[in-house]
Amino acid sequence: MLQDKDRIFKNLYGLHGWQLPAARARGAWDGTKDMIARGHEAVIEEVKASGLRGRGGAGFPTGLKWSFMPKDDPRPSYLAVNADESEPGTCKDREIMRHDPHLLIEGAMLASFAMRAHTAYIYIRGEFIAEREILEAAVAEAYEAKLVGKNNVNGWDFDIYVCHGAGAYICGEETAMLESLEGKKGQPRLKPPFPANCGLYGAPTTVNNVETIASVPDIMRRGATWFAALGKPNNTGTKLYCISGHVNEPCTVEEEMGIPLKELIDTYAGGVRGGWDNLLAVIPGGSSVPCLPANLCDDLTMDFDALKALDTGLGTAGIIVMDKSTDIVRAIARISYFYKHESCGQCTPCREGTGWMWRVLERMANGQAEKREIDMLFEVSKQVEGHTICALGDAAAWPIQGLIRHFRHVIEERIDAGATKPISPSVPVAAE
Amino acid sequence: MSVRRLAAEQPEGFAFTPENLDWAQAVIKKYPEGRQASAVISLLWRAQEQNGGWVSEPALRYVADMLDMAYIRVYEIVTFYTMFNLQPVGRYYVQVCGTTPCMLNGAEDIKDACRKHIGPKDTVSEDGLFSWTEVECLGACVNAPMVQINKYYYEDLTPESLGSIVERLRKGEDVPPGPQDGRQGCAPKSGPNTLTDPAIYGSDDSGPEPGYAGTSDPKSKMPGPY
Repeated sequence: MLQDKDRIFKNLYGLHGWQLPAARARGAWDGTKDMIARGHEAVIEEVKASGLRGRGGAGFPTGLKWSFMPKDDPRPSYLAVNADESEPGTCKDREIMRHDPHLLIEGAMLASFAMRAHTAYIYIRGEFIAEREILEAAVAEAYEAKLVGKNNVNGWDFDIYVCHGAGAYICGEETAMLESLEGKKGQPRLKPPFPANCGLYGAPTTVNNVETIASVPDIMRRGATWFAALGKPNNTGTKLYCISGHVNEPCTVEEEMGIPLKELIDTYAGGVRGGWDNLLAVIPGGSSVPCLPANLCDDLTMDFDALKALDTGLGTAGIIVMDKSTDIVRAIARISYFYKHESCGQCTPCREGTGWMWRVLERMANGQAEKREIDMLFEVSKQVEGHTICALGDAAAWPIQGLIRHFRHVIEERIDAGATKPISPSVPVAAE
Repeated sequence: MSVRRLAAEQPEGFAFTPENLDWAQAVIKKYPEGRQASAVISLLWRAQEQNGGWVSEPALRYVADMLDMAYIRVYEIVTFYTMFNLQPVGRYYVQVCGTTPCMLNGAEDIKDACRKHIGPKDTVSEDGLFSWTEVECLGACVNAPMVQINKYYYEDLTPESLGSIVERLRKGEDVPPGPQDGRQGCAPKSGPNTLTDPAIYGSDDSGPEPGYAGTSDPKSKMPGPY
């Protein structure tokens, strides 16, 4: 069990103030100047050595990502912080922004320095209005205290701006976010070119998640060895886990990477409603990863590699717990509706496929389908997966594949029960 | 994808108040020269607030002219981003999160409570005070079920507590946002079981911020008109 002294986000629950004096007393902005004096490469090497992997879902090594930025490019470089947290089941970045915003601002400065950027944009989702107000106030405090800005006390000219979206899940995809920052519809760009070569305004840009960036100051202060000693090899450090759904006490908590799921739920979230034996399934990493049935959850550890081995993923570590009262088909159908609603409409397989898959799943949830359609649905989801510009197509396909893989019998039973009842003479649903 | 159209009835014109105009000029300066289009979402958002919660066609033309953008580009923006309301909404606009984590914890009952206390979905009540809609994940999943009323989040709801919020707002009372069951942020309901070691706070003797989400002025955080 992680000790309090090893936690990065000490004000996760807002038990203390977010303002600069309180944040400083907790350790923020301590020795930032010395870290910057060590030089660009030293910061990148420290983060590489810590083994920090991106906390936004993909788990790409952060130090390596930073090292892709060109070193002597005439164009300005940018850091874009992805605060468009919209993955269902995920609510961790929100707590950082409203309760510990100075860790994020300091981390943004260190990251920008590492990749020779003088400007950072934080793109926060439009719905987080209170969080945005606090973040903007914290940025103003940092400017006021000359911690950031031109000729600041830390010795690296650095401007940081808070921008926001207006309700589009897709803007959490890095290139869609850049499009949105440029004042366009958030439709993802084809890669290559990658943002490190041609990102915001056609200039070198790196996009990082809020939690990733906010972890950097503590890694620099306490050293890469401290961070690397936590967690498991290749899955180092601490992570914010959001435990929602059918647990007795839903909460967000910081723990080591690789903690067993059962320990996490029992220790912090008050256990599964009705006891561990009442568990039906868990979605371990936000809505886009496939669900796991209870029998696979007993010895499950929460890290990128262990979950990948089970054909699912750690994603954002938004854990959605479902007990045996759950209508799993309907729960996944609701996720399908989400992806249908949030598809940007650029690629045909996703635009048409998400709606099609949702309509079929709705019928399955009502028991008004045929059994052969289960295989057809799986096949279509495979046609969507991997055939779109961004990963939203994959994200829409995976939960359905997980459902069919592990809960095919539930769908079949539903269809059997539905077959005995007359199908309501509704008008066929047309694609919209 | 969702189909979104401008309202059939549009007002005559739109112009920022002098205060908002100054604010808009400052926002445009956040971006490099020639990149003023980056400010379009912020400006449209402010226009929506000034317009009582929805974006009218004159407003989008006004913003387009201000940023030197083609009208069609701004039209694309307002129809793409779902937080821009293209039809008038109630003075208190309730957005119910209906995605799976909230659904597992009773979002369907919250929607029923909205039907009971406000009326049909996407319909402004006769007194103009309320309207409600269902939205996709608002990102407060451990505080499910929850709604957003105008700017702020009301979390850990029951159909009864939502009904009570609506009735109190109807009477003109102040209803502080945040968790409605006395819980502290995203901590477990029975109290934090981590971060309890006083040593980690060093010389930080600040307590929880009064008001919502750590904002020091609770009064200003009431769901006032847009």
